Amino acid sequence: MLRIEELTKDFGGLRAVNRCSFEMPEGMIFGLIGPNGSGKTTVFNLITGFLPPTTGRVFFKDQEITSLPSYVIAQRGIARTFQLVRVFHRMTVMENLLMAPKHQAGENLLLGMLRVPRVRRQEQEAIERAMELLAVMGLEDLADEYCGNLSFAEQKMVEMTRALMTDPDLILLDEPASGINPSLVNQILDYIRKLRDEQGKTFLVVEHDMRVIMNLCDRIAVLNYGEKIAEGTPDEVSNAPEVIDAYLGV
Amino acid sequence: MPSELSLVVHLLVVITIYGILSIALNLIMGVTGLFNIGHAAFYGIGAYTSALLAKAGVPWFFAMLAGVFLAGFIAFVIGIPTLRLVGDYLAVVTMGLGEIARAVFKNWISLTRGPMGLPGIPHASLLGFKFDTAEKFLLLSVISLLLVYIIAERLLHSPFGRVLKGIREDETAVQALGKNTYRFKMWALIIGSGMAGLAGSLFAHYITFIDPSSFVMWLTFFIFLIIMLGGPGNNLGAIVATVVFVSLREGLRFISLPEWLNPAALQQLLFGVLLIITTIFMPRGFIPERKVTYRRHQGHAEN
Repeated sequence: MLRIEELTKDFGGLRAVNRCSFEMPEGMIFGLIGPNGSGKTTVFNLITGFLPPTTGRVFFKDQEITSLPSYVIAQRGIARTFQLVRVFHRMTVMENLLMAPKHQAGENLLLGMLRVPRVRRQEQEAIERAMELLAVMGLEDLADEYCGNLSFAEQKMVEMTRALMTDPDLILLDEPASGINPSLVNQILDYIRKLRDEQGKTFLVVEHDMRVIMNLCDRIAVLNYGEKIAEGTPDEVSNAPEVIDAYLGV
Repeated sequence: MPSELSLVVHLLVVITIYGILSIALNLIMGVTGLFNIGHAAFYGIGAYTSALLAKAGVPWFFAMLAGVFLAGFIAFVIGIPTLRLVGDYLAVVTMGLGEIARAVFKNWISLTRGPMGLPGIPHASLLGFKFDTAEKFLLLSVISLLLVYIIAERLLHSPFGRVLKGIREDETAVQALGKNTYRFKMWALIIGSGMAGLAGSLFAHYITFIDPSSFVMWLTFFIFLIIMLGGPGNNLGAIVATVVFVSLREGLRFISLPEWLNPAALQQLLFGVLLIITTIFMPRGFIPERKVTYRRHQGHAEN
């Protein structure tokens, strides 16, 4: 599903990501961990086209997507959330979600203004799909609320729901559990597993909470100073001496 | 008294023309969040293009269309380098355009007659009907305003307009949802500037005389003020604020002031103070952006 090869990113003299490679098959929940500043979010930005890599290549569904514009990569089926939530504050939860579906006829200037039947039908379908997803997330009462009025945790949930509304094949989650209370975290984790099991979605997750990552992921890569220092199952990784060194700073 | 009536008609015509300018800038700035300081330049481009063509014998409707398209085309050219960049580049470039346009109107004397202005612009006429009095012209300008308002409203409440609002809120997030934000911003700028071109043509063929002093940056700031106070993102708010401020501006001329008080300075001072007060106490304007709700369409009656 996703393969990155020897990805490197320099910011001036600083090498944020250094020859990082990994591969994840369809239907896998892949974790990316590492201490602060180890380059996890930069890897996200390189995959999703928000930053061009200095060297290295990214393949998605066996097609190269290196350095494509971010919106093209999103159209190909990669959705993401952001570490610091990005929702549209002066728009309602429903408007946030309705923006997500790809290839909306109404986003054509003329078709949108004329509200042709196809536009109205797509809009109605999107509303129904959004209400379903909101119900799963327990957010249906907030549909008509401005996102700017929601709590941080609620905004995070809206952002994740919005990513799902794009009907992606691969979903990149940047710290999905941070700032959310533990019972809700468990609910979200269950839902991620369910999406994987029932719909074959693939996930790449950056997370600081070790309990979450060990519990959720099938496979984990560990970054330190931009380099991959270990990769394997949660058990293998948590017992690797390099990882223990990196985290304890010995 | 007929003279008082014609004053009111004149005021209404000016309001409709400024109303078009406000709706146009609202689309660019209030809805899409693009900081365009060159609005008056597009207004001027529409006015001069339409006036020069009409003086050369082109019927008003086609002269007006040419003004609209030239304003839109110049917006497109300005947009190519600036809309790909994030941040305030558009503000800097459109400010430059405003000054360049003013310099061209003023110094290309063989074409525009410079500061002497263009007199004898033919009255607007459509299908043989001449809009040669203020009353008749009001009909034309009200219809134009209505058309512009309907187009702006349909656009704002379509999925296309939703993307424009998203760009104002967080352009990066819109890109992450697979939208080519450059294309959307470009259309907003082109359509808004074309509407400003239409307002320019109406102005030229109403007054029948134009000179560079009508298209200065102060006008852009006046329209900006109207949008901020009316409620950014709300077209009705833009119209209401236009009525209030154009009336206020024109009305100030009739108040007898003590000699030491300069009316133009008083006007600018008053507007500045109003902008500060509204920004602090009513940051969303007189009529805030309309909230789009969906639940009632779903049949979830709240009881």
